[in-house]
Amino acid sequence: MYKYDEYDHQMVAARVAEFSDQVRRRLAGEITEDQFKPLRLMNGLYLQLHAYMLRVAVPYGTLDSRQMRMLAHIARKYDRDYGHFTTRQNIQYNWIKLEDAPAILADLASVEMHAIQTSGNCIRNISSDQWAGAAADEITDPRPWAELLRQWSSFHPEFSYLPRKFKIAVIAAEEDRAAMRLHDIGIQIVEQDGVHGAAFYVGGGMGRTPMIAPLIKDFVPLDDMLSYAEACLRVYNRYGRRDNIYKARIKILIHELGAEEYRRQVEEEFVHVKSLGIDPPKAEFDRIAAQFAPPPLDASAPDAIDRGDPDFAVWVDQNVAKHKVSGHAIVNISLKPVGGIPGDASSAQIDLMADLAEKYSHDELRVTHAQNIVLPHVRKADLHAIWQALDEAGLATPNLGLISDIIACPGLDYCSLANARSIPVAQKIATRFADPARQRDLGELKLKISGCINACGHHHAGHIGILGVDRKGTENYQLSLGGSGAEDVSLGTITGPGFDEDGVVDAIERVTDKYLATRTEGERFVDTFRRVGMAPFKEAIYG
Amino acid sequence: MVEHIHSDGEEPAVTLDAFLSQSNATAVRLEPDEDARALIPHLDRLALIEVAFPKFRDGRGYSSARILREAGYAGELRAQGDVLVDQVAYMKRCGFDTFAPEKELNPADVEAALSRWPEHYQGAADGVVPIWKLRHG
Repeated sequence: MYKYDEYDHQMVAARVAEFSDQVRRRLAGEITEDQFKPLRLMNGLYLQLHAYMLRVAVPYGTLDSRQMRMLAHIARKYDRDYGHFTTRQNIQYNWIKLEDAPAILADLASVEMHAIQTSGNCIRNISSDQWAGAAADEITDPRPWAELLRQWSSFHPEFSYLPRKFKIAVIAAEEDRAAMRLHDIGIQIVEQDGVHGAAFYVGGGMGRTPMIAPLIKDFVPLDDMLSYAEACLRVYNRYGRRDNIYKARIKILIHELGAEEYRRQVEEEFVHVKSLGIDPPKAEFDRIAAQFAPPPLDASAPDAIDRGDPDFAVWVDQNVAKHKVSGHAIVNISLKPVGGIPGDASSAQIDLMADLAEKYSHDELRVTHAQNIVLPHVRKADLHAIWQALDEAGLATPNLGLISDIIACPGLDYCSLANARSIPVAQKIATRFADPARQRDLGELKLKISGCINACGHHHAGHIGILGVDRKGTENYQLSLGGSGAEDVSLGTITGPGFDEDGVVDAIERVTDKYLATRTEGERFVDTFRRVGMAPFKEAIYG
Repeated sequence: MVEHIHSDGEEPAVTLDAFLSQSNATAVRLEPDEDARALIPHLDRLALIEVAFPKFRDGRGYSSARILREAGYAGELRAQGDVLVDQVAYMKRCGFDTFAPEKELNPADVEAALSRWPEHYQGAADGVVPIWKLRHG
């Protein structure tokens, strides 16, 4: 894991001092809310329906037990004893007092954490594969690349007042676990002639105009990566639309220019930027990469798992993934208990996960974009003990990737932008499909819910997506099918007229029944949908 | 040196169009949607480039400033308009050396903002040695 050196500490400390001063000037009335807004946003502080919401960065979703415990401490001391893990691998707290924000940031800084650029029209927290460093299918650990980008993008003087927010994801495996092509810049580390480089996909995103990022450059050498990113951003900062907030993301610029023309402009800018000497030497990458060295895992550890306990065996099959080192496994902790709020965890649960990481997972945890937690480096021999501890804490729901492993935005229960509630819909769907055997029979089914068109709940990328809208003062839910945020990336198609809250749950059941009646051997829901198209499902839903 | 401008007696900055069609002006004003690179052939005879910030949220002027400095412009580069104390540090990093805010800034706040950051992660137009270079000598 990356450890701060004196420079990193200085930067975060300066930011805490700066924001404390900004809060002081705001509370004293020296700056207006309009002037304060972009400043608090760049420190992760939103004004929501009921209170301030603070979003804390978890760079590329990686943290250690000490940091995880601090997240629990903040929930206990400053909030209502819980936190909400987000689709950007961050955590947010919903009930924060403005005057507490500087103290929280100081607490975070004491464990090398911050809320820098988790909001605002700037480069946001860099996200990555939650199995980085552990996945059997990765060509390298993507996190050193992400850390290089984190430092470059932190307090970037030119790109802090962009037309709109800017999200970057980095992966290094063919299987895309980070929705890479639905980011403003998606980077896939690839290999060419034995050397690793960055493939740049630019201009993806969700929101009201979802787009899949086109490939802009197939191989950017490590030595050029920051210059290339700088060129991508400069073209956007200069020519991205600023006349309409809904057309201000880079995807609109690239859509309007065309990928060819955008690429031409970036290449031209890159030739210039490259001459400025802004790329760190290989030694800096090596310094960072050394801190992501694999933990000392004993490849001769026993590979067998005692499956005598049937509940344990179900959990192993569903929530445990293959590790690159024999005798080890990746544990995925579902934060989606039936009837719970997707992504929420109490301070006691957060502490427990920290304890398990310290004891069993080389002190590492990950936050996933599907709002779950990962223990990346676990001995198979320890799986049963981990499962027992999780089960006692209500954290052993065996539903990873199943229909009740729902991504949902906070919706109208919290968010000032929402048109409809997301959480109750998620709860009703999970309750309807609560039978574990039924869920397993349905197989992989990514269900995602957004409470407004901004699509924070990734509904466009759901095998089944739900979008809450406001129709003449009542909440209405549109259903879409066939999206994916993975390597088979696609955007969902709306089924037809929307439903009320109970109606959408019924409609989903008709869709899954149709799938069960239509699928061929081994076919996932999304595969069946792609094979047979919308018509049979539409007929099943609307008659 | 960074200073506030209370301009009197200096040559008024002309628009980019006027500058490009009249050869004797030495001060030009650049709006957010104007291409800073149009000035590159003329940098030698410019004493002042004023970059307009009609709204503080419009960050195009930061790129304009860097482009001008990266092209070797050594004259005065001024940020004018909706320039707030919380922007001046980034502006300075992008190459601005003077500020003409519409609303006067508290000098102590400006001083604090400009001296807050001991080092910087990335190279920009202010000649600062970035942290990665400090790490590796």
